Amino acid sequence: MELYELGLRDLQDKLNREEVSIREIIESVLKRIHEVDDKVKAFITLDEENALKKAAGLSSKESRKGQIVGLPFALKDVFCTRGLRTTCASRMLENYVPIYDATAVSRLNAEQGILIGKLNMDEFAMGSSTELSAFFPTRNPWDLERVPGGSSGGCAAAVAAGEVPVALGSDTGGSIRQPASFCGVVGFKPSYGRVSRWGVIAYSSSMDQAGVIARKVEDCALIMNIIAGHDPLDATSANVEVSDYTSFLQPNIRGMKIAYPTECFQQGMDEAVKNLVLNALKKYEELGAIIEEVSLPHGEYALPAYYIIGPAEASANLACYDGVRFGLRDYEADNVLDMYCNSRSAGFGDEVKRRIMLGTHVLSSGYYKNYYLKAMKVRRLIKNDFDQVFKNFDLIVTPTTPTTAFKLGAELDDFLTLYGNDIFTVPVNMAGLPAISIPCGFSDGLPVGMQIIGQTFDEGRVLKAAYAFEQNTTYHNIKPSLGGEQR
Amino acid sequence: MALTIKKVEDIALMARLNLKEEEKEDFAQQLSLILDYTNSLHNIDTDNVEPLIHILPIYNVFRDDVVSPSSPRDEILLNGPLLEDGQYKVPKIM
Amino acid sequence: MNEDYEVVVGLEVHAELKTQSKIFCSCSTAFGAEPNTQICPGCAGFPGMLPVLNRQVVEIAIMAGLALNCEIAEICLFDRKNYFYPDLPRAYQISQLDLPICQKGYLEIDLDGKKKRIGITRAHMEEDAGKLVHQGNITSSPFSLVDLNRCGMPLLEIVSEPDMRSSQEARAYMEKLRSILLFAGVSNCKMEEGSLRCDANISVRPRGQKELGIRTEIKNLNSFRALERAIEYEAKRHIEAIEDGEKLIQETRTWDEEKQITLSMRSKEEAEDYRYFPDPNLPPVKIEREWVEKIRATLPELPDQAQLRLVDNYSLPPYDAVILTLTPEFLAYFDNCLAHYHDAKTVSNWMMGELSKHLNQNNMEINDCKIQPAALARMLSLIDEGTISGKMAKSVFEEMFASGKEPDLIIKEKGMVQISDESTLIKIIEEVTANNAGVVEDYRSGKEKALGFLVGQVMKATRGQANPAIVNKLLKDCLKGD
Repeated sequence: MELYELGLRDLQDKLNREEVSIREIIESVLKRIHEVDDKVKAFITLDEENALKKAAGLSSKESRKGQIVGLPFALKDVFCTRGLRTTCASRMLENYVPIYDATAVSRLNAEQGILIGKLNMDEFAMGSSTELSAFFPTRNPWDLERVPGGSSGGCAAAVAAGEVPVALGSDTGGSIRQPASFCGVVGFKPSYGRVSRWGVIAYSSSMDQAGVIARKVEDCALIMNIIAGHDPLDATSANVEVSDYTSFLQPNIRGMKIAYPTECFQQGMDEAVKNLVLNALKKYEELGAIIEEVSLPHGEYALPAYYIIGPAEASANLACYDGVRFGLRDYEADNVLDMYCNSRSAGFGDEVKRRIMLGTHVLSSGYYKNYYLKAMKVRRLIKNDFDQVFKNFDLIVTPTTPTTAFKLGAELDDFLTLYGNDIFTVPVNMAGLPAISIPCGFSDGLPVGMQIIGQTFDEGRVLKAAYAFEQNTTYHNIKPSLGGEQR
Repeated sequence: MALTIKKVEDIALMARLNLKEEEKEDFAQQLSLILDYTNSLHNIDTDNVEPLIHILPIYNVFRDDVVSPSSPRDEILLNGPLLEDGQYKVPKIM
Repeated sequence: MNEDYEVVVGLEVHAELKTQSKIFCSCSTAFGAEPNTQICPGCAGFPGMLPVLNRQVVEIAIMAGLALNCEIAEICLFDRKNYFYPDLPRAYQISQLDLPICQKGYLEIDLDGKKKRIGITRAHMEEDAGKLVHQGNITSSPFSLVDLNRCGMPLLEIVSEPDMRSSQEARAYMEKLRSILLFAGVSNCKMEEGSLRCDANISVRPRGQKELGIRTEIKNLNSFRALERAIEYEAKRHIEAIEDGEKLIQETRTWDEEKQITLSMRSKEEAEDYRYFPDPNLPPVKIEREWVEKIRATLPELPDQAQLRLVDNYSLPPYDAVILTLTPEFLAYFDNCLAHYHDAKTVSNWMMGELSKHLNQNNMEINDCKIQPAALARMLSLIDEGTISGKMAKSVFEEMFASGKEPDLIIKEKGMVQISDESTLIKIIEEVTANNAGVVEDYRSGKEKALGFLVGQVMKATRGQANPAIVNKLLKDCLKGD
């Protein structure tokens, strides 16, 4: 196996046994990127020089003190990085260079991880295919004619293609889990408030949450150990004790109570996807878990409510892009109103404009009550549904998405269908719960993901169930062909 | 209910966006579609439901009233598209 | 003003709260820094930044609320108020809409000895915006420069009920509000630095009518005088419009200090729709009653209590009490004088008269005054002892004000001792009466006023040093005797 194919823990073992150098690891990853990224198009910005410099700086043993010393990681381009361009895949921020690192990034840096680069996404994290990047679409390593999902599509594609072992993504309605599912990797969205949002460019502040995409559950746990925990700079970050997530990496799940909602196995489901997830549930039963069917009656309302709340918050969050202090600016305008309108119209893509306008509308006088307030009330009902189920169960399992990855361009004009991709993931964000997507099989050569949802701050149990499944299956060992022969 | 072109123009102005004529029609149609899609919410009775504003039961998150140094001016102005005398320059207001 | 109409005024006052750091970040709140040197990515609205509330802002807001007799909310929430303006970096202001920290308060104004209660609808916490510097006039300037230092300064917006019926009442409200905020120690209230700002909502209605008339909001009222003038101007404008059958529109106007008129701020743009919604970044603030009581226990003496004390303890007229309690420093000065001098009314007269006059003329605050309270008290004692006359005291005071010297030293240096010696004075009186035989005749034939002239002549002859009371007595004796 090449170094770039290994996970963080395997690389760590090799480093500890002094079988490889940090430089070799970084070079292997960079070489892989140079080989395949022309096809995958996962990276917006590669920070090769700094990565090699950092690797060199860690050549002596005395200089090494951290949990991920010398291990490569990449970031969705929604995380602010000091001195390194952060674009959110938007023309608006094409040349934006933050003067600060996001808290999650600082923590990875403090543990001496090595940042490789910034990954493609749907513009401002709005989308489910990464086709809505202002720069270029990213491709699915399993079928280059298909989308990797989104909005953290660059993360999932890069991890699947072996360009980087882990990446941080962000998830507002499924943006980590859906692309992880499409690309056959692990995508972990922690509870709202578990990982600091400070320095993560906001889409919808009440639902945005940073998380991890990796090839292995154990690498998610390792990264979570670093990025999770209270941050005084984020008032919504929970001051709740963080467990050692690696301690949950044990395959015994006997007696665990797992619910599966009736509603997630009906409506418009791809039969193959449905059957693979039902098979996975059987697997859990074999492993000693107790499986029962439950109902989440308000689940179907999550998506319409999400398309009110998300855009409403976005309309305010994206108002700061006005051409005054940073970002794209129309220099020709001779008055402020034109400067605003011209700069913003040139800087934002159609989907971003659509959501800003939608959000502006649902908050405006005469509409607030019927749209925004209504959606916030429905949000409570959705949360109550989950609370009800969690009175009797440890976890909830659903498919991550109703289908496998679709063709590039297939849903570009049909945004409502595109929105439908998030039907199983959105309710989780509405309720602020932790959830993971892990590979549970293939349909026509394309990966299928299973979503495991836990109670607020019960990340450990989610990781435990995911790890147990992974240890008892082999899907994660199958690598994409990148347009060539499957290996 | 379909949004009129006029309504779309009002929204766009509020959101500080310029729309071309054909865009106005497209957005009118698309936004109407999404709004229709959200109408199912009105199938649920929420009269006695409190809106869920903050998902976590967190209160009173404060910082102490302590000053720490501001950003160096040349650093924070670095991304400024147009500057003069250490200030951001914008065209006329009215 | 036309007596057939009644003007109705409500005020929205923004008071900058006295903290070290800003409301949502740790940048300094110091006034007068170089442009954009007191900002960080947070208060300057950079991507990914988040607000964290300054505890002191909440405490001070509660303190202010208590001082204004408000109910303090059990739970309050922050909302985003959305609008685009170059001085508002996030394009939304973090403010409070539905659940403000203070509600349902009041204060009392004193006008011509009559007390009137003005309701306070609410007071809420919010952040200030930056400053735009225009080249020339806002309407004609080709471009503006943006200084964000003021962004994120903590404000308390205090909204009154429309309870005021004249510009005088509005001014009295503003002055009282200022004195309460100053006494409570919650704000510096410097109108010239913008730490106390005022917008006025004005409408006019025919006397006796219940419904309010069309309301206009006047911004940019940067002094008590501007407030009064703007209300008067606007009321007149409304009345004229009503009389002429013109339609008034509800709008925001600005006070043009130079031309002393209000101008419409309306542009072709859309009607204001702030699209308020709860800010997801800021968890609610729960205010336990113990917290409120703890703060209440630290409330200092407030203007109303101080006024009561002045009237009860010193029998001062209510008018004096109002003036003496305009600022805590002024009251402290008074109290310090009284530690060295017995007569409150005399101190009050001097403070409201000469002292205020000199402070105003020199645009000074009481804290800048070189005359120590003890020195003023000593000067008053010198008058009582007959060492100097009241008239001489005025010039002694002037010298004290200018140099800060002790009154005894000034009197000694200038040889300003009062002549009370009768034999010396009689000599002078004899001279004066001899030289003014006609006036003496007038007096004797019943023109009492003539006496004043003669006293004046004696004073003139002694360069003001004669003791006027003795001169009076001696003159009368002298004129009677002959």
